Amino acid sequence: MTETEVRERVRSLLQKIHPDDPGATAVDFRGVQFDHGLAFASYPEGLGGLGLSPKMQSIVNDELQQNAKTFYENLAINPIGIGMGAPVLLTYGKDEGKREMLRRIFTGEDIWCQLFSEPSAGSDVAGLSSRAVRNGDDWVVNGQKVWTTLAHVSKWGMLVTRTDPDVPKHDGLSYFLLDMESPGVECRPLYQITGEAEFNEVFLNDVRIPHSRMLGEEGQGWRVAITTLMNERSALGGGASRKGGGPVSLLLKLLQESKVSRSKVEQALLEDRITRLYIRAEMLRLTTLRARATQRSGNPGPEGSVGKVAQSELYQQVWETCIDVLGEDGLIYELGYELRRPGDITSLRSGNDDDETRRLQAKYQLLRSQANTIEGGTSEIMRNILGERVLGLPGEPRVDKNIAWKDVPRG
Amino acid sequence: MNFEFSEEHEDLRRTVRQFLENESNETAVREMMAEENGFSREVWARLSEELGLAGLIIEEKHGGAGFGMVELAIVMEEMGRVLLCAPFLSSAVLATSAIELGADASIQADLLPQIASGEKTATLAFSEAGDPWNLGKIEMTAAANGDAFKLSGQKTFVLDGRSANIILVAAKVGSELTLLQVDEDAAGLTRESLPPLDPTRKLATLRFDHTPAKRIASVDVRGALEQSIQRTITALAAEQLGGAQRCLDMAVDYAKSRLQFGRPIGSYQAIKHQCADLLVEVELARSAAYAAAFSADDKGADIAAAMAKSFCSETYAKAAKRNIQIHGGMGFTWEHPAHLYLKRAKASEIIFGSPSLHREKVARSVGISAA
Repeated sequence: MTETEVRERVRSLLQKIHPDDPGATAVDFRGVQFDHGLAFASYPEGLGGLGLSPKMQSIVNDELQQNAKTFYENLAINPIGIGMGAPVLLTYGKDEGKREMLRRIFTGEDIWCQLFSEPSAGSDVAGLSSRAVRNGDDWVVNGQKVWTTLAHVSKWGMLVTRTDPDVPKHDGLSYFLLDMESPGVECRPLYQITGEAEFNEVFLNDVRIPHSRMLGEEGQGWRVAITTLMNERSALGGGASRKGGGPVSLLLKLLQESKVSRSKVEQALLEDRITRLYIRAEMLRLTTLRARATQRSGNPGPEGSVGKVAQSELYQQVWETCIDVLGEDGLIYELGYELRRPGDITSLRSGNDDDETRRLQAKYQLLRSQANTIEGGTSEIMRNILGERVLGLPGEPRVDKNIAWKDVPRG
Repeated sequence: MNFEFSEEHEDLRRTVRQFLENESNETAVREMMAEENGFSREVWARLSEELGLAGLIIEEKHGGAGFGMVELAIVMEEMGRVLLCAPFLSSAVLATSAIELGADASIQADLLPQIASGEKTATLAFSEAGDPWNLGKIEMTAAANGDAFKLSGQKTFVLDGRSANIILVAAKVGSELTLLQVDEDAAGLTRESLPPLDPTRKLATLRFDHTPAKRIASVDVRGALEQSIQRTITALAAEQLGGAQRCLDMAVDYAKSRLQFGRPIGSYQAIKHQCADLLVEVELARSAAYAAAFSADDKGADIAAAMAKSFCSETYAKAAKRNIQIHGGMGFTWEHPAHLYLKRAKASEIIFGSPSLHREKVARSVGISAA
């Protein structure tokens, strides 16, 4: 199917149902979009796609944005379901019910979450200790998961748990789809340093999962999980903002608005810090563009791997410098630390473009950005990956490699 | 921003790399750096005749290859990788640009073919003590004597100033900045080598004492020289990138093969993470250098060049210093080439202005500092 035909198909979808119609909800519209094969263009017909190349989805989105005011971002509708759940379901899901599940992911009727990390298994997620024991046609799961985004509103959880403790850690894991409404699933908010709870702790007490909800074979959970994590990396990859965009533009505006009195020398020192950050942000933006260029030409190099570690550390410095620009105003945290689910504050991230919003956002991000170098692979793990996979340096000796998981020291 | 190198670009890189691996290996570099003029006329001739590098950016009508800044960046990156000892930056980039952008047409037709063929090398003497990279601070004034001019005074930090055959001097005539040419054997010219921090790139002080000079530009050359320096720092950033990448490669190779406590030192995170950090810096520097080259003709090229010079300078210095540390005691020996890269890195950071000087330019242009 050509680009023109894809655009025509989008227009015929819009004839049937239009997202701007007051009567059409997101679920209504996206359901019909799915049925037209315009949800995941690269998926097979009948599963929300048309078997096209993945880039055709951006043509679809472009056409939708051109012809309607209302545009539903996947990230807002069902980030984990669409970003990670759908690809895993497509690759490993059983045919029965697959179409309906994909459709409900896309419409946002079923929110998904990812049950990987555990209190004792962060970077070493394959060393996790929650356990599933076979009982008839079911598995019975006990353990605790942590850092679970959206668990409190999710219908389905992608669960990796240990089904065999007597083999080395990677070999004893299995992957399940867990109905989050099952008895024994308890979800508690996990409050972070901002006072918000973006994440949850999920407790699993004698939770029964039918064997038919295992994805992949028993003991192959790690391989299935890798599929999910790879989709997470590409989902986190993000886009290059425009020149001078992103947090650095906010920093520049705060500097221009600053009424703090500074000596010439102090001002010069601050300006040099900010100039360094500005240049680094520009280099990072250009590196993302360069990564795209080499990807297009089919010779991807190391430029694609450096983004996560460089960006997370840069942004922390940018936000911290924002606070330094604010001076004594930085003593005040207007947002307060009342323990709560994220609400108003998340709207700061897209940012109203005014002085007040910028100040609040800087203060909030000083705290929130501390997680950037932990979530999605810590900077230390990322440096191991750069060192070992990109530069080819040897790994650290592993003491947990060829021994049964149950014999590995942990704590 | 386009970042795509064509097949022809890759061919150029391969050809240049192959040539330099033979002609500018470590033995050759050490031999040349011990020489006062610091390069081999024979290698320069081959580099000019076989690869056309002396006239890389000279127009074809003047006997050059007619290439642009992207090709220049590729060549400089390769030269930086092996610390080529040759008057390429002075002759093929700086002086060539000054002639092409500032000199009168008849002069261009006379000088550029001699440079392109490799028969002669050229340099531009513009720096004066005190504020050497600031064209606005040039004080040397050419005294008019009918059509002829005489120069008195001193130019310093002149790249390959002792060996250059064609000597261009930036000096004032009245309130105008102009270009003059001085013969190698002109009366009253003394050329004195400076003992360089970086022995792989030679510097000299040129003294003029009523030295006869020929004016070769009939208009003010301030803009042309600024443009020439911008090209030169863009090229230099690519050279720094090549050097930084080589330092990273050396460090990684050593970290893989050096065993301590029974295993390669690169398996320790203390070393591995330093290598990973350098990789990040080098990749960012690569973007800086390539962006400056690819956008050299666009609006904002001056800022791209300033960002590249400041970022690549600091990256190269970091990589060179880290490389020494990762090599441990071996990295501190004369025998190991690591120190040659540190010296090149630090010197190339200083010439044409420090990173902070270039950051100031960026700061003013984007409104961080008052314009």
